[in-house]
Amino acid sequence: MSEVALNDRALGTTKSTSRAAVLQRLRLTDNIFLGLTRGAALLVLAILSGVILALVIGSLPALKTFGFAFVYTEVWNPVTEQFGALAPIYGTVVTSVIAMLIAVPVGIMVAFFLTELCPKMLRRPIAIAIELLAGIPSIIYGIWGLFVFAPFLQKYVQPFLIDTFGNVPGLSSVFEGPPYGIGILTAGLILAIMVLPFITAISRDVFDAVPPVLKEAAYGLGCTKWEVFRNVILPYTRVGVIGGVMLGLGRALGETMAVTFVIGNAHKISASILQPGTTISAAIANEFTEAVSDLYTSSLTALGLILFVITFFVLAAARYMLLRLQKQGGK
Amino acid sequence: MASFASNPLYARRRRADVVAKTLAYAATAFGLGWLVLILGILLYNGIGGLSLDVFTHDTPPPGSDGGLQNAIVGSLMMTILAVVIGTPIGILAGTYMAEYGRHGRLSQIVRFINDILLSAPSIVVGLFVYQIMVAPMGHFSGYAGAVSLAVLVIPVVVRTTEDMLNLVPDTMREAAASIGLPRAHMIVRIAYRAASAGIVTGVLLAIARVSGETAPLLFTALNNQFFSVNMNAPMPSLPVVIFQFALSPYEEWQRLAWTGALLITVTVLVLSILARSLTARK
Repeated sequence: MSEVALNDRALGTTKSTSRAAVLQRLRLTDNIFLGLTRGAALLVLAILSGVILALVIGSLPALKTFGFAFVYTEVWNPVTEQFGALAPIYGTVVTSVIAMLIAVPVGIMVAFFLTELCPKMLRRPIAIAIELLAGIPSIIYGIWGLFVFAPFLQKYVQPFLIDTFGNVPGLSSVFEGPPYGIGILTAGLILAIMVLPFITAISRDVFDAVPPVLKEAAYGLGCTKWEVFRNVILPYTRVGVIGGVMLGLGRALGETMAVTFVIGNAHKISASILQPGTTISAAIANEFTEAVSDLYTSSLTALGLILFVITFFVLAAARYMLLRLQKQGGK
Repeated sequence: MASFASNPLYARRRRADVVAKTLAYAATAFGLGWLVLILGILLYNGIGGLSLDVFTHDTPPPGSDGGLQNAIVGSLMMTILAVVIGTPIGILAGTYMAEYGRHGRLSQIVRFINDILLSAPSIVVGLFVYQIMVAPMGHFSGYAGAVSLAVLVIPVVVRTTEDMLNLVPDTMREAAASIGLPRAHMIVRIAYRAASAGIVTGVLLAIARVSGETAPLLFTALNNQFFSVNMNAPMPSLPVVIFQFALSPYEEWQRLAWTGALLITVTVLVLSILARSLTARK
């Protein structure tokens, strides 16, 4: 259609009425395209609302039966149909905390290395290699964790932890019990490896955005690289780094397959991080297809709802902080 | 100079610097070490089972040899359908945000929501599709699996499309407008063409993302021990078969799980490297 309108020769030979018709049609296709794109944008909103709505409707029977007590009840008994979310919530939080305790300092130090210490030539390859860690599907982490990492921990690391901290007051209950290999600690360690690249990638981006003038001024005063990083770069990029950490936390909270392989799927809360436990996502992945009764299915959906609400707020906070940083940068 | 070096304050500062740098090197080695370790062990365990049988035989019953043919075909079919559903929606939504309402209210909200969907737990997407498709239809199906993967494709494509269209210089749009080209035509013929490599990158990244996804398939497509191209019935997929086989006590199954894991990882890594090189060349 547009060829006709754009072509002088065609314009010259056709009547003015057909020119109006062509323009009319162009306006129509223009509007249709606008409608399509706006519709697609609205569909993205509809998907999110649909997810929330579907989860709420699916969890209604469980929430009606157990009320708010669902959130703080530890019992999970499919036989007597008594369900409570406390053990999975506890497992989700503890594994994520372990993951963040390791991944945050390591991730930030890797970003420090990449932006300040690494020779220019190696920067890109190393950055890509670290990001490949994020590309490996979580099921690969799962199978690797189950067959390689868990036996290694069982044989070498966990006996050491038990021997070292077993008699220290306060810590003895945290590192108690036989070394199973699988359990809360194993899941937390694997999560740490998985979220490390997210924290590194965002930290590196915000570190790179620090105006060179600030760094040069500090170097001019005789600061060491670490002092520049600690006193200039980190304070300047604090909001962005926290945003990256929250993003990593969002990933860790919702991660499913890697955790399902190594967590042990035990609906109980134990003080020891060497014991098996469960997380929200692992419980859903393990039990959903086996759930025969409606109440069981609904309780698992309610777990999903809780997970979604938690991750929603964590991710929203992360985005909010990164957005604030962008605005601060004058964009 | 000598007095500098002997000054305890300077010595302490230098020591802190050395310690911090060493830690940074160690942290990087730690990260790279895991990558090497994971890929190395995957290669070691997976390559032994790799043979033509993997592609020409179906998943075996416990205790006998077989391949992964049905799982590979199932994965391919669901991924393709997911891309066919998700890509147009993602590109159109990204187009709206970059071309029509760049600073509008709707775009800001969609951008925020899309970023959340991008990192939302994929198992929740599985629950969502279970509620809207599996429960009403009364049975698990390949369609449901494809739809749940499409929900994961959309945010990736939206994000890259918007980013890439934003990189197209406005002077090109203005030039098109000045010769009277309608907006829709300008977008399709000028902006899309200029951003084509970037948009393809987004699609490749989306494929890489979904080809390893397991959680949303567990209770949408379920699994199927036999060869099936009927998308209205339960369908096997590579990740779900790996999950089932790895947790089984049978040695043959575990070996196939490793081989499948190797196949998926190679696919994902090749796709992401391909995607990277496409945009790097631009």
